[in-house]
Amino acid sequence: MNERREIHVPILARVEGKGALDLTIRKDRLSEVRLRIFESPRLFEKILEGREFREVPDIVARICGICPAAYQLTSVSAIEAGFGLDPGPDIRRFRRILACGEWIASHSLHIHLLAAPDFLGYEDVMEWARHDPGPVRRGFHLHGLGNALLSLLGGRPVHPVGACVGGFHRFPMRPEIAALAGRIRDALPMASALVRWAAGLDYPASDRSFVSVALRTEEAYPMNEGRIVSTRGHDLTPSDFEGRIREFQVPHSTALHSLLEGDPYLVGPLARINLNWDRLPPEIMEDLRPFGLRFPSANMHHSLLARAIEIRYALAEALSLLEAPVPESPSFHSVTPRESTGIAATEAPRGILWHRYDIGEDGRIRRARIIPPTSQNQAMMESDLRVTLEREGFDRPDDSLRRLSERIVRNYDPCISCATHFLDLTVHREKG
Amino acid sequence: MTTSRKPRIAVVKLASCDGCQLAFLGLGEKLLELASQVEIVHFAEAGPLGALTDLDITFIEGSVSTREDQDTVHSVRRQSRFLVTIGACATSGGIQALRNLSAGNLLSSVYPSPEYVDFLAHSTPVSSEVGVDLELWGCPVNGTQILTAIASLLFGAAPAAERDKVCLECKRRQIPCVMVAKGIPCLGPVTLTGCGALCPSFDRGCYGCYGPSENPETPSLARRFAGLGLLPDDIARRFLFVNSQAPAFLAEGRRWTKEDRHE
Ligand code: SF4
Ligand code: SF4
Repeated sequence: MNERREIHVPILARVEGKGALDLTIRKDRLSEVRLRIFESPRLFEKILEGREFREVPDIVARICGICPAAYQLTSVSAIEAGFGLDPGPDIRRFRRILACGEWIASHSLHIHLLAAPDFLGYEDVMEWARHDPGPVRRGFHLHGLGNALLSLLGGRPVHPVGACVGGFHRFPMRPEIAALAGRIRDALPMASALVRWAAGLDYPASDRSFVSVALRTEEAYPMNEGRIVSTRGHDLTPSDFEGRIREFQVPHSTALHSLLEGDPYLVGPLARINLNWDRLPPEIMEDLRPFGLRFPSANMHHSLLARAIEIRYALAEALSLLEAPVPESPSFHSVTPRESTGIAATEAPRGILWHRYDIGEDGRIRRARIIPPTSQNQAMMESDLRVTLEREGFDRPDDSLRRLSERIVRNYDPCISCATHFLDLTVHREKG
Repeated sequence: MTTSRKPRIAVVKLASCDGCQLAFLGLGEKLLELASQVEIVHFAEAGPLGALTDLDITFIEGSVSTREDQDTVHSVRRQSRFLVTIGACATSGGIQALRNLSAGNLLSSVYPSPEYVDFLAHSTPVSSEVGVDLELWGCPVNGTQILTAIASLLFGAAPAAERDKVCLECKRRQIPCVMVAKGIPCLGPVTLTGCGALCPSFDRGCYGCYGPSENPETPSLARRFAGLGLLPDDIARRFLFVNSQAPAFLAEGRRWTKEDRHE
């Protein structure tokens, strides 16, 4: 074996956004792991300065086409928190339905189009569908239902137009709600089948301890609110979070990395379930029993299973929220701006999304700060690559190392478009 | 199917949110159908990473934001029979083009060492670099726009000539006018239709995500906004949003912008 080997993945396929991976191996050790994010920054924090608070949800949605509703929901909660406005239970309920729709759509996309081909040995979903169309059809159907929920509340799945600071421009109408509830009810067995299918996949063994970080609430599985907790015993308000994490720049990336009190940490579906499995209905855990699987899990490959479980949870949750009567109350509160700092954290499909807005008394944004899930996971991704590749050994062809690395990265479902919008960063682009 | 080779299609991404690519990935069964009719040569998010050569249609998402983007655009232009922009980013520079309106020192306020950064001060549409055969407006575009474009470019179907305004779409769908009924400022009278008048159907004003319609009467609409009580700067921000660099919106936005805001 060579003394020094370099392995490059010039474009990571089946991830959202533009990233690359460079590995340098020296004497059977990984001397360098660089997850290069070369998506060009779009400077959203800068764009937000001077805009009126009402424009924020439609601006931040455009940070990410895969989780625009999460950006909208986090921004409206942060701004309302600054203005001291409590939206009340009806608006909260419809916001939760919106989040359910986005989790279902985003997770279905990730499982079927991005991640599962790795587990099954196909190049992409097109090839998978030619060999075994059943599971792909089921995935498309569930994806379609997630999109239908987003459209119910916002007219379209990407950059929906329904949510606003104070509530929704309007609530959906009774017949549309009833029709979609019916389709969801019919699809529940499909979601259970998805969980069993995901539980039956062949997961490579992997057991390394890591810190999971997620929201947690008094009773429900966390979506749009809660305290930020960790498997290390953290229990923070969204406002305290800012002081505990450190974001820093690395030269090979246009995204910042974050550490929680000095350590890499995981956010996203697996971290959520690890910290909230007791908030899931018992029948979901029943489905897993025959497979001998349980949570919390220290196997990152189980993040695919975690997504399947959350699809099932979110479908049932959306159904029960849709079945409650349509509120008679107005769909939004009138909003009076005041000079304030508003902070909120939600669970986007890929994990904790944290926003902070400093707003003037004229309702204009003075400063914005956004911490998306992917930049929080980036340090974990690099350390996972290091540990897993060294354990698996380098005595294999480059191509197989490349595949293994891509598969490790895809477990995190990185969304590179989200990760790259920062203001204070240094980029040293390496050509070639 | 004839024996000739399948049309070769690529999807390329520049600075964007990935939302327009979802118009492909969200096609579901139709994506598989499409994959059987054409060869999807390059589409990183879906998997294929073939070389960008000898292409029948290249779809570009995202605005030109780096020197590398410029190179990409020129090279795919040379290799493609048809070049199609998808969405506001590729067609007008997108929301990130709002940085074009900031004072000139933005780059250095962002980057301590701007000389190392491959980052252009302005975000520009693909058409500022090369000729484009078809521009699909929208933030995002939808699946119907994509499928119609493929059908008309490759299979000779009639192109969708959407030149109407959102405003007409409301009348067609009998959506009550939000500006008349509720005094909500709406860009529907000057915005290209294609969304089905989504925002008015949600009781809100259009914010112009499909870009300017043909012959947009922006000055009279802006005066109407003033009549509804909007201050000049509020009027400017309506036009300077998702499609701020589309010439009609840029001109109207500038007319209502205080001089000191951008120079
Ligand atoms: S046009 Fe809009 S939806 Fe499309 S990539 Fe750009 S920001 Fe995203
Ligand atoms: S009404 Fe206007 S802003 Fe709303 S979706 Fe249609 S074009 Fe876009």
